[in-house]
Amino acid sequence: MKLTLRIWRQAGPAEPGRMVAYEVPDANPDMSFLELLDVLNERLTLEGDDPVTFDHDCREGICGACGVVINGQAHGPRERTTTCQLHMREFSDGDVIDVEPWRSVAFGVVKDLMVDRSGLDRIIRAGGYISVNTGSAPEAHATPVPKPIADTAFDNATCIGCGACVAACPNGAAMLFASAKVTHLNSLPQGAPERTERVLNIVEAMDAEGFGGCTNTGECTVACPKGIPMDSIATLNREYLRASLGRK
Amino acid sequence: MTFYKLGDDIADTCAPDVPIEQRWDKRRFDAKLVNPANRRRHSVIIVGTGLAGGAAGATLAEQGYNVIQFCYQDSPRRAHSIAAQGGINAAKNYRNDGDSVYRLFYDTVKGGDFRARESNVYRLAQTSTQIIDQCVAQGVPFAREYSGLLDTRSFGGVQVARTFYARGQTGQQLLIGAYQALSRQIDAGNVEMHERTEMLDLIVVDGRARGIVARDLVTGQISTYLADAVVLATGGYGNVFYLSTNAKNSNTSAIWRAHRRGAYFGNPCYTQIHPTCIPRSGDYQSKLTLMSESLRNDGRIWVPKNAGDTRSPDQIPEAERDYYLERIYPGFGNLVPRDIASRAAKNQCDLGRGVGPGGLGVFLDFADAIRRLGEDKVREKYGNLFEMYDRITGEDPYKVPMRIYPAVHYTMGGLWVDYDLQSTIPGCFVVGEANFSDHGANRLGASALMQGLADGYFVLPPMLGNYIASNKFDKVTEAHPDVVETVNEATGRLTKLLSVNGERTADSFHRELGEIMWDECGMARSEDGLRKALGRLPELREEFWRSVKVPGNGNQVNQSLERANRVSDFLELGELMCVDALHREESCGGHFRVESQTPDGEARRDDDRFAYAAAWEFNGTGEQPTLHRENLTFDYVHLAQRNYA
Repeated sequence: MKLTLRIWRQAGPAEPGRMVAYEVPDANPDMSFLELLDVLNERLTLEGDDPVTFDHDCREGICGACGVVINGQAHGPRERTTTCQLHMREFSDGDVIDVEPWRSVAFGVVKDLMVDRSGLDRIIRAGGYISVNTGSAPEAHATPVPKPIADTAFDNATCIGCGACVAACPNGAAMLFASAKVTHLNSLPQGAPERTERVLNIVEAMDAEGFGGCTNTGECTVACPKGIPMDSIATLNREYLRASLGRK
Repeated sequence: MTFYKLGDDIADTCAPDVPIEQRWDKRRFDAKLVNPANRRRHSVIIVGTGLAGGAAGATLAEQGYNVIQFCYQDSPRRAHSIAAQGGINAAKNYRNDGDSVYRLFYDTVKGGDFRARESNVYRLAQTSTQIIDQCVAQGVPFAREYSGLLDTRSFGGVQVARTFYARGQTGQQLLIGAYQALSRQIDAGNVEMHERTEMLDLIVVDGRARGIVARDLVTGQISTYLADAVVLATGGYGNVFYLSTNAKNSNTSAIWRAHRRGAYFGNPCYTQIHPTCIPRSGDYQSKLTLMSESLRNDGRIWVPKNAGDTRSPDQIPEAERDYYLERIYPGFGNLVPRDIASRAAKNQCDLGRGVGPGGLGVFLDFADAIRRLGEDKVREKYGNLFEMYDRITGEDPYKVPMRIYPAVHYTMGGLWVDYDLQSTIPGCFVVGEANFSDHGANRLGASALMQGLADGYFVLPPMLGNYIASNKFDKVTEAHPDVVETVNEATGRLTKLLSVNGERTADSFHRELGEIMWDECGMARSEDGLRKALGRLPELREEFWRSVKVPGNGNQVNQSLERANRVSDFLELGELMCVDALHREESCGGHFRVESQTPDGEARRDDDRFAYAAAWEFNGTGEQPTLHRENLTFDYVHLAQRNYA
């Protein structure tokens, strides 16, 4: 396959960026998207150019490190698929492909396609946990958890924190990310004691980090590689309302 | 020609001499304690935020120590523990199927082919039950039955169902649990977290580990961090093979630099080749992807009986298929341990019965399971794995059998540690996959998660406290000559990498190293092959330093520099692995020497000569390392040839 990549190049956070076109004449349909960038980078290195910087690690779609906007879509055209799991067989010979970093007020560009997503960590630090010191746990079977509840918690806990939801949102909101954590922990009996504080603190952190507000456009769930549903946002809103009223 | 020197024997002096069931209690009782009010005066560096590091950081911070923690990723949640799929073992015996702490201990010692330390393994089995309690309390959403109680399944090498799981994403869920516990401590100000920061070297002052030199991967700034103890939780070194199931950036640099500073390296040649991975598709391949061992619960492995049969699998009738694991090992069938399943797959492919491109693959077939359970049930159990397979290969495993082939997955070897998890450098503790401690020559499935969390949550914290309570810590400043020298060495190395400006990329060296390691120090190892590798590797290392090309500079994000630095360490490690593999003239677990096999091709141990752990001392780049033997005794699980038939 012969492809043209138009890639966002930006030397640093304060530098201006621009799209630069590169020809890749030797792409293979069985390559992953990141392997395509590897091939390009090997060539750029040998030609004395600066290779393209991008975050990646596990390349199995689970660590959440990778993620670029491909032809305007976070993680590209295939649904429920991270950038590392996207393969070139989704594209056709001769395609021109635009590759950009996540774009959002809360995610600054570090270099090229690499962005700063530390705001997501600070949301978790604000309340995305159950306070149980090591050693103080009761016997695991002391509290049975009905299977449907355990399944809901699991489905939400599969969030990989990649930030595609934020990148896809016209408001730059982190609602899907935050709601997945609230739904995961607030559904479980183990999470009940901190249920109120958790949702209030998480929403407060989300606002403080500069993430936008949610207007239910649903772009986030389309981009989410793990299929976190819109229902989770409804759960967060319900939990938030309950917590706000209860605290008065 | 020999490639090493023989030094004095080494021994673990920390496990108390009492019956095995009482050792851990006795050790904890004998350990000195640090008064809770005094703990805040002590600081601990932890490198890595996977299961072992994340758990250790959260726990030590909860106890009141000042924790300074590092990860090279942009968030502690991305450590490669997250990719573990299948599950975590624990001797809960919820199934009432005959499990016990003793059976988990027995299975692990036997599964490790009698090359692990009994004391450590027993403690691991004892601790396992507490891990499940802790994780459930953290909100880890393990799979449950309709009763609301926890579900379990079976894994290779055992005949009880003791593996707890969260669909095919158990590692992710456990890591998120540890990450959340760590996040809580970061928010409380008890952990100073440095993301996108990579350790370059270990600082040793007056013979004790007192800090690290690290590089901020965004600004390029090289800084020193000083503390009373250093914990390395930096994972395994499977990426020495270039292609492995490890994350792309997983590396050996932290433990290799500690090794260069005096920490002995234990059993470097013990690597695990996982039987069920997606075969490689081309030269551009950057990594390999695992398909969980849990698939072997329901999938049946087979090859065509006739060599060179290229018909599509649905055209091959039952009578012309060989379900070779079920045939050779009727007792365990498709669930034999990993080393055995991998070697059997290789043997079939060597006989020309392999399938797919290059004949490097065997079928893993779910047709029977789908007939028996229905597609929905199979989807519920393995849906995410089937989806992943489909994405990577473009084939639908509900319709055609998966093609799988073995790939490097885990390293049982690592820095040598005593029962306290302390390396031969006082104050340098090593936890999780980075140490060599618990799995002997072969790790059983679902035991890596168990070990990482046992080390981090329950074993390290009291032993680290004991070290701190037993020693005085004079203040060390950045002006100390040993600190200055270490910083200069680390900086000089990066400057040198940037200044070579040759004609080959670091990746091209890494690929060549990987090919040598896979061919000569992979699934089958021979004296000739290893000697050949040991002739070539020093040349490759010298070529690297003569002709590597690293673009850019050190004052900004430079992923090429990061990679080149890691490859330079892999090149040295590869040599040590080959020396270790050459010296161990027996087959055991994942280490298969072709000269040492039974008439039917199984691994043959030589307990008279090799019932020891090999701990290697570094004597300089290109210098012969010194071997120190830790003799292993088996007082509880008696030495026997493994038999899974």
